[in-house]
Amino acid sequence: MTNPNLLSVADLGADGIEEVLRVTDSFVEVSARAIPRVPALRGRTVVSLFYECSTRTRLSFETAARRLSADTMNFTITTSSTTKGESLRDTVETIDAMGIDAVVVRHSAAGVPWQIAGWTEASVINAGDGWHEHPTQALLDCYTIRRHRKTLEGLRIVVVGDVKHSRVARSGVLAFTALGAEVTLVAPRTLLPPSTEGWPVEVSHDLDAVLPKADVVYLLRLQNERMSEALIPTLREYTSGYGLTRRRAALLQDDALVMHPGPINRGVEVAAEVTDLPRSVITQQVANGVAVRMAVLYLLLAGGAASESGEPALA
Amino acid sequence: MAERERLLTAAGIGVTAPVSPPTVGFVPRAQVMSADDVRRALTRIAHEAVERNHGLESVVLVGLQTGGVPLVRRLAAELERIEGTAVPVATLDATFYRDDIGLRPLVPEAASDIAFDLSGLTVVLVDDVLFTGRTVRAALNALNDYGRPRAVQLAVMVDRGHRELPIRPDYVGKNLPTRRDELVDVTEDGVAIGELRGS
Repeated sequence: MTNPNLLSVADLGADGIEEVLRVTDSFVEVSARAIPRVPALRGRTVVSLFYECSTRTRLSFETAARRLSADTMNFTITTSSTTKGESLRDTVETIDAMGIDAVVVRHSAAGVPWQIAGWTEASVINAGDGWHEHPTQALLDCYTIRRHRKTLEGLRIVVVGDVKHSRVARSGVLAFTALGAEVTLVAPRTLLPPSTEGWPVEVSHDLDAVLPKADVVYLLRLQNERMSEALIPTLREYTSGYGLTRRRAALLQDDALVMHPGPINRGVEVAAEVTDLPRSVITQQVANGVAVRMAVLYLLLAGGAASESGEPALA
Repeated sequence: MAERERLLTAAGIGVTAPVSPPTVGFVPRAQVMSADDVRRALTRIAHEAVERNHGLESVVLVGLQTGGVPLVRRLAAELERIEGTAVPVATLDATFYRDDIGLRPLVPEAASDIAFDLSGLTVVLVDDVLFTGRTVRAALNALNDYGRPRAVQLAVMVDRGHRELPIRPDYVGKNLPTRRDELVDVTEDGVAIGELRGS
């Protein structure tokens, strides 16, 4: 029997997202304790398989697994047999043979988590595949917003910046709109996908015009490492058009939230002069990330009879 | 965990959407305690707890999610009426400490809410129905993560037997002999015994 996976926000739907957020409450409580650990996943093994650099996501997943008393295995590409030319499939089958319950995958190519799901019985969790999806980031963003606003229903969320290369934006748009928010993408034409048709979003190129009405401003990281051509004239020009400058920060509503998935390019998405972001919840995003990932791991691995009866906690 | 919900999930009903415990499936056969009976039992348990602990100093109440939560609030009100002092009340969800994780779907109802260190305190753990004792075992482990209580006492509205672990209650509303496949339902209106439909 194959374990349930978390590959895409789309698989979850609004009900699945709500379920994860509800269970996250319990893990926020666990994380706040003097000894933030429960025995729920004792004896399970969670592997992180990261083919791309990551600080927060990898540490966040490993912390989440340990707080659930699961064992963790950490695969780092530079010290692995991948450098000897081992294929992805061989690597996965090798790890699978050690007896594992979940694989947390990050890869620069879209779709890799789906492929891996076909090679292993373990639960596969997508921790970012290329430009495609990053579901747990979207879940923790929804959770963080919900901590401040009771619901996402009717909220105006403005997603600013490098939408084209952003899996955070893709998963975010799916999750925010599933929960009833109105999403506006703001970016230069070169940093938007070729088409946003079929996406339930509005598109604007004028940040100043949309900021005063925004409930949430979500700044995306400018992904220099994924840019193969000159998509913006200069970083300074990008910041003056799409960065959060001191002047723009003053346009925000008093209770608007400022979010960023990290890592921040200081002086680019946020102008250097804005040292302390107004109403920034960026560190809360990181803290909530651990609890959300605990909820995801718990729901995937503790499902038991649910998955046998064809009603997995997560699809 | 509420007895009704526990059995329903065991029967595969309402497995992944426990937002509100499903009421379908429970067919009551007999009312075994009226609302007044439950009220009187709570009053008696309150008096017994005060007597056994020589007052209420260092006593805290912890209600088990979900069936113990309404009862713990009522017990706290009774204690305050009798002794004139408010007793701290907390709630505990022991889902993550259960020994049947992975055997059946177990999703927490609500986050635990224990806002103080339990070290040195006498904890009165409150639940609606005592059955196999496994929920209480999980709860005892969970409590230890909030400190080292001086003592833990157990109060239940119904003890229905069939223990699988060496656990006994200190305060009992009613001892109720049952069959294993029966279901005991504790609500505001009293206690009913019945069966699961279609299980």
